[in-house]
Amino acid sequence: MNRVPLSSRISLGLRFCAAVLITLAFLFPVYWLAMNSFKTADEIYASPPVWWPAALQWSNYLVLFKDGDAVSVFNSLVVASVSTVLAMSIGTLCAYSLARYKTGGDDLSNWIISQRMVPPIAVVFPIFLLYVFLGWVDTYIGMILLYTAFNLPYVIWMMRGYIQDIPRSLEEAALVDGCTPWEVFYKVVLPMCKGGLFATAIFAFIFAWNEFLFALVLTRTEVTTYTVQVTHYFGGQSNFWTKIAAMSVLGTLPVFIAVVFMQRYLVRGISLGAVKG
Amino acid sequence: MRHSVASPTIHDQQKLFARLLIVPAMLVLLLVAVFPLIYMILVSFQGITMMDNSSDFVGLVNYRAIFEDQRLWEAVMHTLIFLAIALPLELFIGLSMAQLFLNKLPGRQIMIGLLVLPVVVSPVVAGAIWSLMFDNRFGPINQVLGWLFGQEMTILWTIKPELVYPAILVAEVWQWTPFMFLLLLAALANVDKSQLEAAAIDGAGYWRIFFLIVLPSIWPVMAIALLIRMLDLFRLFDVVWALTQGGPGTMTETISIFTYNQGFRQFETSYTAAVALLIVVMLSVVLMWALKRVGLSR
Repeated sequence: MNRVPLSSRISLGLRFCAAVLITLAFLFPVYWLAMNSFKTADEIYASPPVWWPAALQWSNYLVLFKDGDAVSVFNSLVVASVSTVLAMSIGTLCAYSLARYKTGGDDLSNWIISQRMVPPIAVVFPIFLLYVFLGWVDTYIGMILLYTAFNLPYVIWMMRGYIQDIPRSLEEAALVDGCTPWEVFYKVVLPMCKGGLFATAIFAFIFAWNEFLFALVLTRTEVTTYTVQVTHYFGGQSNFWTKIAAMSVLGTLPVFIAVVFMQRYLVRGISLGAVKG
Repeated sequence: MRHSVASPTIHDQQKLFARLLIVPAMLVLLLVAVFPLIYMILVSFQGITMMDNSSDFVGLVNYRAIFEDQRLWEAVMHTLIFLAIALPLELFIGLSMAQLFLNKLPGRQIMIGLLVLPVVVSPVVAGAIWSLMFDNRFGPINQVLGWLFGQEMTILWTIKPELVYPAILVAEVWQWTPFMFLLLLAALANVDKSQLEAAAIDGAGYWRIFFLIVLPSIWPVMAIALLIRMLDLFRLFDVVWALTQGGPGTMTETISIFTYNQGFRQFETSYTAAVALLIVVMLSVVLMWALKRVGLSR
């Protein structure tokens, strides 16, 4: 190397080694899960454990599809995507009103974000009673509406932030040009916060996709989501590791793919908009 | 909108428009957030149990029961233990990692991208992963410990009372340390460089610079990260459920798991409503205070 002093090269090397080790340590459990989904039952129940299966075989996944367990991934997909679309539509309308017209002031905004922070366990019980009364337990409509409401505070809060980032002058100009308030929202504001819309939608989708407690309480057999399905394979005496691993991978893969496209918005998304990253 | 309304001014029109925009969202929130809460208050004053379906009002019986319910207070304790250990660990490890990744490093972006993955894994799946890792015979953890200690290890991580907490904490810290890391990394990157250089020229040491310049500068983000994690840990459910279901016995029952068991396994309907209400009240107080202090709405 050229003029970089030896000591700083050594320190860079040490930092690099530490960083790689840490990254590997955090990834190893994910690797272990994925690798187990390709093992045969004999390999999974081998002691000491096998670190690399003899052959990548897909039978653990095929079984899920043959037995119809993979339907739960489909259920998750339906429930999460429809509820995301709903929450994004009505949430963005509300966010625009909060951001630009200050409807309800800070109190309403703070109340909405506090709804996000209420622990699900505190509301799941009365919702269950309500759903029994309405006949909505274990139905698509029930789960979709629930996840819409569950994600709504997040969507409103995030979109409010993204809309506030747009310079106001454009909207004022459009109003002066004779646009109705609706046209201003639809033709000026929405196109300008496309990135934010997309990022928020992905996060809302991930939250609904990964949700467990509501699904555990409010589904039985018809709309079981994949998270609940995974826990079905845990037994008192022994666990169906082949199925747990394969189902977990099926459920996790879409999220990983989504995150790859999300890097730019990631920090803002997970910090509830607090860090503009 | 609405030109037919007796010639309103443009200002009135906009106000009406703004109000209409929030109607759908408010309806959904009313149905799924507010209505259940009101209903829950009602039920908590009744005497509904698995045996007794009558809807007579029994006054404060359920609330009085809360104070005598040792299992509930143990669950509160368990939750606080998880909180008190996991939160500082996540903060400390996350901050150290953020420092490590702050400056130029080969492959930095790729490694940061990979480190995100645990955060977006479903907590149930995280529980499943660690239950696989900790398995006494098929898991790699006992195997690696065996190599280190030179003898076969068959530690019953999720069964032995004194080992369940470490097992759950490892899963929890694994999943959420990257969350702290990402937020703190963003915060550290925004610290004013010129201030740091000036302090270094003045001869201030590493720790002095850290406490006097870096920490105050990253504190707003750190406070929010801590608040978010605190609220999440307070309602801890999924990971524990996947690893131990609150067991062995009720050793690892958190507030959420306790409430679930009361409501959906023992069908103590009215009592559960009272407990859930207590949780909402306790949390609302903390939240109101925290939201004002932390200023999430900047």
